[in-house]
Amino acid sequence: MTAPHPVVPDSEDCLIEARHALLSFGATPALQGASVRVGAGEILAVMGPSGSGKSTLLHCLAGILTPDSGEIHYSGRRVDTLREQERSALRRDHFGFVFQFGQLVPELTAEENVALPLLLGGARRGDALREARGWFGQLGLGGLEQRRSGELSGGQAQRVALARGLVARPQVLFADEPTGSLDSLTGEQVMELLVAAARQQGTTVVLVTHEARVAAYADREVIVRDGTVRSMSTHRVGS
Amino acid sequence: MSVPIALLGLIEREPSHGYDLKRDYDAYFGRGKPLPFGQVYATLARLARDGKVVPGDAEPGAGPDRKRYAITESGRLEIADWLAEPVEPEPHLQTVLFVKVVLALMLGRSAERYLDTQRAAHLQRMRELTELKRSGGAVDALLADHGLFHLEADLRWIDLTCARLDALSEMVRA
Ligand SMILES: Nc1ncnc2c1ncn2[C@@H]1O[C@H](COP(=O)(O)OP(=O)(O)OP(=O)(O)O)[C@@H](O)[C@H]1O
Ligand SMILES: [Mg+2]
Repeated sequence: MTAPHPVVPDSEDCLIEARHALLSFGATPALQGASVRVGAGEILAVMGPSGSGKSTLLHCLAGILTPDSGEIHYSGRRVDTLREQERSALRRDHFGFVFQFGQLVPELTAEENVALPLLLGGARRGDALREARGWFGQLGLGGLEQRRSGELSGGQAQRVALARGLVARPQVLFADEPTGSLDSLTGEQVMELLVAAARQQGTTVVLVTHEARVAAYADREVIVRDGTVRSMSTHRVGS
Repeated sequence: MSVPIALLGLIEREPSHGYDLKRDYDAYFGRGKPLPFGQVYATLARLARDGKVVPGDAEPGAGPDRKRYAITESGRLEIADWLAEPVEPEPHLQTVLFVKVVLALMLGRSAERYLDTQRAAHLQRMRELTELKRSGGAVDALLADHGLFHLEADLRWIDLTCARLDALSEMVRA
């Protein structure tokens, strides 16, 4: 029953790493030397106060933003020095994303939304839709395949987004407040599904959340404060 | 957790032997802290003395566990009263968490470091409870959730305190 104590991965066991990342938006420093390691297959929660730099860090790890200085590594490759085209291919082929709001394409049906990463990856439309439909049952969304995002509740849309994040079986799922707009029970269901799917597929997850109950689904947490990362797993009490 | 009231409740559910009571108590309320038999029988004796339960006729066999206890009207009333009474919604501010923070600030030691360590311990416990919830039954989940929400409340307090440490420090050391 007891969850094992978290262990910070060694440099060689880690799949993603930020080394001393600095990034400013104009005069606003968002990351001020953030370093973090994410192990392969690990579910890591990124916590911390609002404005501390969590989303910025996530975007840097996912190759969406490039730090002004410092390094981002993924699977032994340096990511921050890649050209935008290569980073975009990396994101498409290796990463999945779930964000808090407004992520479904309103013109598409729910199943088309889920199929999107497969279509972008070059799958045939029929195959992509068949694969996408397979997710609806296990996420409790059976019957909603043809709805558009405006016709889904917040919790349903969030589960559709989760399916879209996972459908291409990414190496890494980046989730920024995936339960942010949901009530406790629905948020819990989304986390159950996220964790079960990630474990089953061996997907590594970087999960930004300010909710401790959500973070408790992760293997380990780090705290971002003032643009730097503090790992708490090194000094622990009790045990 | 009040052992007498829990046993009384189990007896209201159905007249029981001490052995059944211990088994059910451990299953529902014990949470890894089994009730010693001695405490079961001592409690039954007290409940009987106070007229909350009555022992049935001794059944054949050896040992103290030959009697089946049944609840009385007065016992039923006690359960009803107890259930009607809310628990004191006490903000547990004067707990060791609070004392540690204030003392650390007073002594010019790192309260932030303590709070970070405490946060990590809280989250570790929350992970354990989440695991229990995912692997256990509905009753486990009920109890785990109660623990989770309480720990979460502590964590909010920890986060808020962290954000206010500078101001607090000035006040405490003034
Ligand atoms: N596109 C942007 N332009 C300018 N400033 C930005 C931008 N994105 C973030 N920032 C600033 O960078 C800092 C870090 O923001 P970030 O979004 O990473 O915080 P966060 O920890 O995710 O906060 P929250 O919990 O509120 O989502 C903040 O001061 C924010 O105002
Ligand atoms: Mg954010």
